[in-house]
Amino acid sequence: MDLVVQDLACVRGGRRVFAETSFTLHRGEFTVLVGPNGSGKSTLLRAIAGLVPIERGDVRFGDASLRDDRETLQEQIAYVGHLDGVKPALTVRENLRSWARISGAAAGAELERALDETLNRFHLSALEDAPAAQCSAGQKRRLGLSRLVLHPRPLWLLDEPTVALDTAANEALGALIDAHRKTGGVVIAATHAPLSVAPDRELSMNAFAPVGAEEADPFLEDAGDEEVWA
Amino acid sequence: MYALFVRDLQLALRLGGGLWNGLSFFVIAVALLAFGVGPDAALLAQIAPGGIWVFALLACLLSLDRLFQADAEDGALDLIVLSPTPLEGAVLAKAAAHWLTSGLPLTLFAPAAGVMLSLPPQSIGPLVATLAIGTPALSLIGAVGAALTLGVRRGGLLLSVLVLPLYVPSLIFGALAVRSSAVGLEIQASLLMLGATTLGCLALAPFAAAAALRINQS
Repeated sequence: MDLVVQDLACVRGGRRVFAETSFTLHRGEFTVLVGPNGSGKSTLLRAIAGLVPIERGDVRFGDASLRDDRETLQEQIAYVGHLDGVKPALTVRENLRSWARISGAAAGAELERALDETLNRFHLSALEDAPAAQCSAGQKRRLGLSRLVLHPRPLWLLDEPTVALDTAANEALGALIDAHRKTGGVVIAATHAPLSVAPDRELSMNAFAPVGAEEADPFLEDAGDEEVWA
Repeated sequence: MYALFVRDLQLALRLGGGLWNGLSFFVIAVALLAFGVGPDAALLAQIAPGGIWVFALLACLLSLDRLFQADAEDGALDLIVLSPTPLEGAVLAKAAAHWLTSGLPLTLFAPAAGVMLSLPPQSIGPLVATLAIGTPALSLIGAVGAALTLGVRRGGLLLSVLVLPLYVPSLIFGALAVRSSAVGLEIQASLLMLGATTLGCLALAPFAAAAALRINQS
């Protein structure tokens, strides 16, 4: 399935972050999203996932459209953001299990086997019964990334996935991305650090910078004030 | 949905999960009221229904501001939104877990609170019944307030201002039933109204809270 982004525009805090953003990513493609800090890479990924309100445009993946059936689109997305969603009070294994269950996996021996396999793959087996509060930043990130394998979804949105990862984990992430695109998945990663796998294409946020961002119209300013208050 | 419910219960039962906050507040507030009013048993018994109910509202409120905030701060809310569970179902699961760890302990402790405030014995049963029927509405309405104030720094006060007025129907019918039972009046009508309030909240709150969460996503 292809990911089609049409004329997407997004306003955050009264500022238009990006506009007239259109591109198509084909199945089996790994795309790197580049741009300076604050250029809207994270917002674009969150907008595609339907996690921030969009001002204009649409996102389509297969038959699902963000405007018409957001939930169908969202069920195909695996999003790994700056925050890993790790609950410090639960153990590493419990964290992973609760994500899998919330994402719709049935409890039972099969799930436990999948958990074993995933923990092993991300070198977290030794930690599995430790509270996640004891994890280092890199271990938390690995735990966050392990969701990609545990409940496979075709579209991966990775926001700075390499932050806090060591070389070995970076290699493993590269292998993971490569395996995913070979099975026809779509991967977008916003990143500054080079990944261990070569991307099929590179998208620059500069192409989507809004024109005349400084002269935002008064309605947007109003909306912005409300958002700041909220 | 069930998975989210189980996870929230697990988190509440762990150290620092806040299970005991609401209950300890409730116990202390009831004791303080008894100390403050003094040894006049008749006066205490008169104040008891309203007092216990007000403390129950406030105790429920204590843990509400973390209901969605905790998940929003560590990124878990994004995962919940992207999960196959409809957001309305997720709200219901979280509200149910919140009730089990806030309203239910209060309900179970209520007989002791009644004795501390020299509530007549025939009112203890109705007190437990009103709390059992009425407190789920507090968690449900609270979920709407928590969703609306998501992302507000130190939103606790705003949450109280939003939510407490909406607790008034439950408070009125809950306290009224207990007061009526003390003087031997019929309480069925009050219980039915209390139940209707809870059922109304059950029907509406998940949709309202889910809509508020969608607006507040950032």
